[in-house]
Amino acid sequence: MSQIFHHSTNTLSRLSIFGGIFIVAFLVWAWAELNASTYATRAKVPVEQPVPFSHEHHVGGLGIDCRYCHTTVENSSFANIPPTKTCMNCHSQIWSTAPMLEPVRESFRTDKSIRWIRVHDLPDYVYFNHSIHVAKGVGCTTCHGQVNKMPLMWQESSLQMTWCLECHRHPERFVRPRSEVFSVTYTPPADQLELGRKLVKEYHIQSLTSCSTCHR
Amino acid sequence: MTTPRKPYPYLDLASIRARLDASRGREYWRSLEELANTEGFEELLEREFPRQAAEWNDDAAGRRQFLKVMGASLALAGLSACTRQPTETIMPYVRQPEEVIPGRPLFFATAVPNMAVAMGVLVESHLGRPTKIEGNPEHPASLGATDAMTQAAVLDLYDPDRSQTLTYLGDIRPWSSFLGAAREALGPQSATGGAGLRFLTGATTSPTLADQFHAVLQKFPKAKWHRYEPAGRHASRTAARQAFGEPLNTYYQLDKADVILSLDADFLCTGPANVRYARDFTARRRVRGQQTGMNRLYVVESTATPTGAKADHRLPLRAVDIEAFAAAIAAGIGAHGVDTSASSQMTAGPHAKWIAAVVRDLQQHRGASAVIPGEQQSPAVHLLAHAINDALGNTGKTVIHTDPLDPNPVDDFNSLRELAEDMEAGKVEMLVIVGGNPVYNAPVDFAFSQRMSKVKLRIHMGLYADETSELCQWHIPEAHFLETWSDARAYDGTVTIMQPLIMPLYFGRSVHELLAAFGDQPNQTPYEIVKAYWNRQHPGADFEDWWRKAVHDGIVPNSALAARPVTFKAASTGTSAAPAKPAPAQGLEIVFRPDPFIFDGRFANNGWLQELPRPLTTLTWDNAAFVSPRTAERLGLQNEDLVELNYRGRKVKAPVWMVPGHADESVTVHLGYGRTSAGRVGNGVGFNAYALRTSDAPSFGSGLEIVKTGSKYPLAPTQFAHMMEGRAIVISGEIDEYRKNPGFAKEKAEEPPKELTIYPGFKYEGYAWGMAIDQTACVGCNACMVACQAENNIPVVGKEQVLMRRAMHWIRVDSYYKGPVDNPETYFQPVPCMHCENAPCELVCPVQATNHSAEGLNDMVYNRCVGTRYCGNNCPYKVRRFNFFLYSDWNTPSLKLQRNPDVSVRSRGVMEKCTYCVQRINEAKIDAEKEGRPVRDGEIATACEAACPAQAIVFGNVNDPASRVAKLKAEQLNYSLLAELNTRPRTTYLAALRNPNPEIENS
Repeated sequence: MSQIFHHSTNTLSRLSIFGGIFIVAFLVWAWAELNASTYATRAKVPVEQPVPFSHEHHVGGLGIDCRYCHTTVENSSFANIPPTKTCMNCHSQIWSTAPMLEPVRESFRTDKSIRWIRVHDLPDYVYFNHSIHVAKGVGCTTCHGQVNKMPLMWQESSLQMTWCLECHRHPERFVRPRSEVFSVTYTPPADQLELGRKLVKEYHIQSLTSCSTCHR
Repeated sequence: MTTPRKPYPYLDLASIRARLDASRGREYWRSLEELANTEGFEELLEREFPRQAAEWNDDAAGRRQFLKVMGASLALAGLSACTRQPTETIMPYVRQPEEVIPGRPLFFATAVPNMAVAMGVLVESHLGRPTKIEGNPEHPASLGATDAMTQAAVLDLYDPDRSQTLTYLGDIRPWSSFLGAAREALGPQSATGGAGLRFLTGATTSPTLADQFHAVLQKFPKAKWHRYEPAGRHASRTAARQAFGEPLNTYYQLDKADVILSLDADFLCTGPANVRYARDFTARRRVRGQQTGMNRLYVVESTATPTGAKADHRLPLRAVDIEAFAAAIAAGIGAHGVDTSASSQMTAGPHAKWIAAVVRDLQQHRGASAVIPGEQQSPAVHLLAHAINDALGNTGKTVIHTDPLDPNPVDDFNSLRELAEDMEAGKVEMLVIVGGNPVYNAPVDFAFSQRMSKVKLRIHMGLYADETSELCQWHIPEAHFLETWSDARAYDGTVTIMQPLIMPLYFGRSVHELLAAFGDQPNQTPYEIVKAYWNRQHPGADFEDWWRKAVHDGIVPNSALAARPVTFKAASTGTSAAPAKPAPAQGLEIVFRPDPFIFDGRFANNGWLQELPRPLTTLTWDNAAFVSPRTAERLGLQNEDLVELNYRGRKVKAPVWMVPGHADESVTVHLGYGRTSAGRVGNGVGFNAYALRTSDAPSFGSGLEIVKTGSKYPLAPTQFAHMMEGRAIVISGEIDEYRKNPGFAKEKAEEPPKELTIYPGFKYEGYAWGMAIDQTACVGCNACMVACQAENNIPVVGKEQVLMRRAMHWIRVDSYYKGPVDNPETYFQPVPCMHCENAPCELVCPVQATNHSAEGLNDMVYNRCVGTRYCGNNCPYKVRRFNFFLYSDWNTPSLKLQRNPDVSVRSRGVMEKCTYCVQRINEAKIDAEKEGRPVRDGEIATACEAACPAQAIVFGNVNDPASRVAKLKAEQLNYSLLAELNTRPRTTYLAALRNPNPEIENS
């Protein structure tokens, strides 16, 4: 009886059965990479906004403290996006007729909120509390990156659970003195681990890894 | 839609009774069905979900069509998980209010008007949206707790079926249009002094409204203000007039009472002061360590109520016979000034010993006892109760009389009768109905809707466009109490100035604005009207400060009505006071009661209250004709039989339900159902008992006939699950037993030794959350169930799903009976998640969606759950609830506003359960950590704990020996549920204790 399959099929079959495990492993690896990629997490992608607010200018250039706008970061889970009035505090006097700021003035005039695009957006089943992190010595720039160098805001970190767990499991690697939490120029010292361990003890930082810490 | 389960199997009561009689010792039972234990009931009782519950009964096209459709959409459905999170916009304020901190709620004091009587509350507001109602710790009617209707009041605010616009004959009109029409109609009225003008309101206790009415009635002297409440305080007012000459308000100070006799009064769960009474009553029953003083409660009632369940001694009597009983007590006490001739039928009957014992007990506690007559009883019973209390010297101590709360305390039925007669005679030209629904709930003999059509101009103001507004030309949407300014009095007269929490969602108007339109200063806002009134009461330079403080605190200081030192006037004869004594009972008696949660029908569209299991019967989504098992046997009735209730020539079809402990030859029907214009939730639910109710016998009457129709009507109780099977689920005892052997509870529930496990123990250093529930205190009011529903975004599932036992309540209150079927003892047991240290549910989750936190909480991670339901299967307490369908409403915008933002709204296919209010725990921990201190005991109150009027639920840190919960767990009465399974639950119970009278007990 004539062969239905070419004899190269033998080789191919052996290769694919033996290599199957590697192919599957590769596919899993590729999927995991995709999942952690900046495409999936939106990290490092500047986000276009109705008004091109520049943190670089306001924070880096003018030296405005984070809390001037993000007012409730020490009291609440949510750091707060400033109301239009905060912008108008200055911009009713400076650059008060600039075309770039027209959406701000219009919002103030018509009493309609500015529709910012949310940059740091955790899924709805995650409950993150800013105030406790700030109180325990986690700096703004630790998670949000060098905001003072961002002409347009982007999400610096992946914000994936594995990234959160890195610090939750080893807070001494990232914690800084409370006085430096809002500093954008702070760099971790060479003896971060030693300092970190001291601060973990002093600030009573617990490595909370129970699910209900964030998921409710 | 077909019913998803087989027809209700036959209950053989004779064999049930035989089985109970033959049993020895303490046999508890859960339901008549469990006692029957026949094959047909296996399905109802043993399986968590009935067989074939998984069938897609809704799908007419069948399973093949379903699979085809699902196959086609599978590709799309599957890939949704692989996309990234879509971008969202975020919109801040334009001008942020100063106190608002996004992420932290604000609390504002106001009052919930329960039939106009205030229950002081603090309402939690997230970013300007009220989401949850908590009690006001400083308000005398609340003391921090609430009842079920108060908790559910927030949902009415967001009801999408609320009327949203002002209409004239169905067309939308602006407010100015109404004002113009009213002015026009009032023109001729001014000439006649308002002879054709009538106002019909429900109950009110608002001093501002009273003042406004006073002004309007001065402007139109011949106009009349009628008042009608279908379930109002008609009996107590009539009796107070006879007893004291004025319709005084009576309330009770039960913390001072050692012995309480209830004459058909469900004072622990109904009435404007029920929260306070439950608190005071249970405070006197708390047994801790050596402190074993307990008060004693005797209850005489016709239907099974939670108050009867808490009674140390309970006597089921027909409603009509309670007057004779009260007369017998009065005769035994030696009360003056009332006709006690009716007592002879009692003292000669089988209850003579009972009555004698009660009389002796009351006499031994003069000045420290209270006799409470039921609001739905006859005025004669109230009169007798006043006489007894007076003779016992309780007045001024446990029984307080004050001026009436209602500024217009006319008799409800006489007032409405007068209006109906005026309408019939054509005297009424302009009728303004505020807040009531007389077309639906007026007594049938008044023929209200026919007579109302004779009125030329009919104006209706209400929350909903209901049965009454359909027959009126103008309908004005009323602003919900959370949307507007007003004021109200509590049960003792304390005034609360009610402040709004949100701008009116729709074009709602306040009743104050409506009345202002009739006065000299129209176009005043409710704020101006209320503030102006209080400025007149409290003039002076410090008014602004006084006002701010009163509004902030939720109470006007020193506004409680003073106790009136009245004496009980000798009434000429008892019978002349009461309406014509009902003829000697012939045939069955019918008893009309307002529903415990739907009340008189006003909450018919409130999904939370419709689905809340009624106390004891656990029925949801329906009312039924309640009968005793013996009467059902005599008439050959089974549960769910659809019968025709034939009463005075009127007929209504109703399903039958047997209630253990119900009085024989008596049928109780709950009012408030069978509505036709309630909204999407309430329409067509239940049968309309008002169709049988006449004004001469509004509470009960005899001459009822039951005619079997031969068909069945499925009812949806939640009680069928969870048989006891001889296990010590409820442990109860008598106080004497406790005094002799305090450890009796522990002997029954044996805890396995801690070494009985191969797993190494986990050391809980730091916080260890736990809960203790005192079963002696729990009154079965179910406030905890609604509080949990409001706090945790728990959906309403509907009757079909409740029939399949998929109700989503995270905490349920089970009732267990002990003793004979005709008058059993009843025990309540609230069951939240046990948070077992050795949780059977955590071991079996294939994706680790449920695991244990370092503080002892059993965590549930909704996003990980894939819906295997193995955890629900493994839970021995069956506290896990599965979202079979997308029960939560994800579309209706107004319902989204009510949701608590601190708790996830769960989608389908995900398991959920009580979390010990982890959102509150986390918030308290975060605040404590920021301040560098540990969490204080009492700082975290779970929703159920906060709402409980009886303080039966206590939550806290078990590792702190000074905490309340640690002390309760150290009590000898403390035991774990199903301890032999070695689950080591963190939720434990204190055994229920009773304080029986040895005279009655041993007879």
